[in-house]
Amino acid sequence: MGARGTFTGGIHPYDGKDLSKDKPIKDVLPKGDLVYPLSQHIGAPAVPIVKKGDHVLTGQKIAEAGGFVSAPIYATVSGTVKGIEKRRITLGDSIDSIIIENDGLYEEVDYGECKPLEELTKEEIVKKVQEAGVVGMGGAGFPTHVKLSPKEPDKIEYVIGNCAECEPYLTSDYRRMLEEPQKVIDGLKCILALFDNAKGILAVEDNKPDCIKLLKDLTKDEPRITVKGLKTKYPQGAERQLIYATTGRMINSDMLPADAGCIVDNVDTLVAINSAVRENKPLMQRIVTVTGDAIADPRNFRVRIGTNYHELIDEAGGFKEEPAKIINGGPMMGFALFHLDVPTTKTASALLCLTRDDVSEAEEGPCINCGRCVEVCPGRIVPSKLASYAARGDKEAFQKCNGMECCECGCCSFICPAKRPLTQQIKSMRKMVLADRRKK
Amino acid sequence: MSNLMKVSSNPHIRSRMSTSIIMLCVVAALMPTTIFGIYNFGLHALVLILVTIASCVLFEYLFDLLVHKKNTITDFSAVVTGLLLALNLPPKAPWWIGVVGGFFAIVVVKMVFGGLGQNFMNPALGARCFLLLAFTSIMTDFATDTYTGATPLAALKAGESVNVFKMVTGFTSGTIGETSMIAIVAGAIFLIMMGIIDLRIPGTYILTFVVFIVLFGGHGFDFNYIAAQLAGGGLMLGAFFMATDYVTRPITVKGQYVFGILLGILTGIFRIYGASAEGVSYAIIIGNLLTPLIEKYTMPHAFGRKGGLSR
Repeated sequence: MGARGTFTGGIHPYDGKDLSKDKPIKDVLPKGDLVYPLSQHIGAPAVPIVKKGDHVLTGQKIAEAGGFVSAPIYATVSGTVKGIEKRRITLGDSIDSIIIENDGLYEEVDYGECKPLEELTKEEIVKKVQEAGVVGMGGAGFPTHVKLSPKEPDKIEYVIGNCAECEPYLTSDYRRMLEEPQKVIDGLKCILALFDNAKGILAVEDNKPDCIKLLKDLTKDEPRITVKGLKTKYPQGAERQLIYATTGRMINSDMLPADAGCIVDNVDTLVAINSAVRENKPLMQRIVTVTGDAIADPRNFRVRIGTNYHELIDEAGGFKEEPAKIINGGPMMGFALFHLDVPTTKTASALLCLTRDDVSEAEEGPCINCGRCVEVCPGRIVPSKLASYAARGDKEAFQKCNGMECCECGCCSFICPAKRPLTQQIKSMRKMVLADRRKK
Repeated sequence: MSNLMKVSSNPHIRSRMSTSIIMLCVVAALMPTTIFGIYNFGLHALVLILVTIASCVLFEYLFDLLVHKKNTITDFSAVVTGLLLALNLPPKAPWWIGVVGGFFAIVVVKMVFGGLGQNFMNPALGARCFLLLAFTSIMTDFATDTYTGATPLAALKAGESVNVFKMVTGFTSGTIGETSMIAIVAGAIFLIMMGIIDLRIPGTYILTFVVFIVLFGGHGFDFNYIAAQLAGGGLMLGAFFMATDYVTRPITVKGQYVFGILLGILTGIFRIYGASAEGVSYAIIIGNLLTPLIEKYTMPHAFGRKGGLSR
C-alpha cells in the first residue's frame, strides 16, 4: 500500500497558530532557581551525582541514568546546588528534584573535541545520544537511545522526522524548522548513519508550505532524504497515523514503530541528537510556545530546562486577561495545570493560557448515537460504545471491542455534540486494564 | 491567580456543535416541506402540526416531572419528533390524533425506554404505525377540499396513470409533509451541507429500491413508473429524515450501507407485494429493530488489526 499523506478520521479544530507563528524564537535566561525533576522521561528516574553546596557548570552532568531505559540530566546554568528535595511537576505530583541557584555567569564545561559523523561508529553515535540525555521531546519522553537500538537494525527502512505539529496553538517545531532547518536535517542524517537500509522522511503538515519548501531546497542533494507534505488534520502527528501517512504501513497498539521498519523522532529531538552527536552537547534547551488568548504577547522561546513557568509567562508579557485554564502542551493532548510554580522539563512543548474553558462550560447530555466519534476516530474503533462499557466497568466487552487500541488523541471528546467525556472514560478504563495486566 | 486553575483531563477544547443545534437544524430542514404542506392543504394542517408538536413537548415535560428526571425538552428532540409525526398525518385528521400520536411517540416509544438516545425505534414512525393500526380509516383518508380519491401511489398500484410532474412538485394528495419531493430534497441538501446527515443511508436505500422495482415491479425500466415510485408515498421523507435518525440507525459505516440496502428491499417488497401502496414506515421500523444486530456484525477493524482483536 502506498503512502497517502493522511489517514481516515481526524478533526479540524481552530488551530490558533497565528498567535505565535510569526514570532521568532527568543532566548530566555533564567532569573530564579532552576529545578530539575529526576523523572523527565519514561523509565527509571535519574540518580543525582551532586550534593548540596556543590558548584556546577553549564553542561555538567548532575544526575546519571538510572538504568538502560532512563536518561541523565545536565545543569543548564552555572551555580550552586541548593539541595535535592521534592518539587511539584507539571503532572501535578511532587517528585525528587535537584535545585540549582543560578550565578548568572553561564560558565560552560568543555565539551571536548568532536569527531566528524563519518568517523564515528554506530555504537559511538548511540552512546553519544544516550550520554546527552536525549528523550522524545514531542511529549512522550521516551529515551531516544532505546529507540535507536532496535533488535534488528537492518530491518529499519524509514527514519521519519515528525514535523507535523498537528496540535493546535503549537508553533515551536514550525519556528525551529524555519530558523534552523539544517540542524533538523543534520539530526536526521545522524540517525540515518545508524541504519544502512533506511530512507529519511521529513513529514510536514501542508499548513506549513514555507517549511516544506525550505526543507526540500536544503535536501535536494540528499539522495536518502525526502520531504513529504501531509494533509493538515489532527492527529496527523500521532505516531501510528504518521507512519501510515508516510509509508502506508499500519501498526497496532501491541507493536512498536520498529516492527513496521520505522523509527520516528520529533523535530526538537532531531536537533538534540544533532548537538549530541556533532557537538558533544547534552540536552539543555528546548523551544517552548507560550501562547493563548490570555497571554499579552504570545511567543516562542528557547528555554533552558529547569526554568520556572512563571518566568516564561513574564517573558511573554504576562496575562492580558485572567486565564480560565492553563495547559502544559496543546489543547488536545496537554495537561491542565493547577499550579504555575513548576519547571520546564525536556518534554514541555507549550504553555497555553486560555480565557475560556470549553470543558467546564459544556453540559453533558445523553448519547444520541450520531456516530461523529466513529467518523473521527483515527484508531477506527467505536468510542461511544467503548465509553459506555467503561462507564459500566465492563472490562471484557471493552477489550473485545478493541478499547486498548485507543491512542487517547481526544478527537471523540472534541467532536461529541452531547459533550460526553468519551476520551476520559476510555482512558481511565485503559489504565485499569493495563494495571490488571501488570498484576498477572 | 488564586482562582485560575480549572483542571480537567484532556482534550481541553470542544466543537461548537451540540445536540440542540442538530435538532434545530433538522427542524429548519423540515421547514420547506412543512410550509409547502400548509400551503397545499390549508390552515387545518398548520393547526394539526402545532397541536402535535405541543403535545410531544408537553408529554416529555410531564414525564420528566413524573419520574423526577431533569427537564429534557431543551434538547428540542421532542419538537423534531412532533414535527415529523405531524408531517406523516393526513391533512384532515382530527386534532386529537396528534395528541394520541404524540403520547405514543414520546411516552411509549421514547421515554419509558430511557429518553433520548435509548429508544429502539423512531418515535414518530412508531406512533404513525400505531395510529395506522388503531385508527385505520382516519389515517388512510387523504381526501381534502382540493383533492379527492386515492393518493397517486395508490392510483399507480391500481394501474391508473399518474401525473409525475405534480408528484415531484407536491400538488397531490397524501400526508401533510410527504407530497413535495422538491421541498424535501431541498431540506435534505441543507442537512448534508451542515454535515448532519450524509448520503450513505438515503443513497443506498433509494438505489436499492430502484433496482428492486426495476427487477420485480413488473414495469421494467419505465421512467415514469420509477419516478412516481420515488416521489410518492413518503419515500423521500423517510429516506432523508427518518432512516437517518441517529438513534435508530447503525452507528458503523458498513452497517449503514447494510441498513440502507435492507430498507430498499423491504420497501420494494411491501409496495409490490403488500396490500397497501405504502411501505416506507414499516420498512424503517423493521430496520430499526435489526439495528443492534447489524451493528454487532459490522464493527470496524481497529487501525492496524486486520480482522483480529487485540489481546
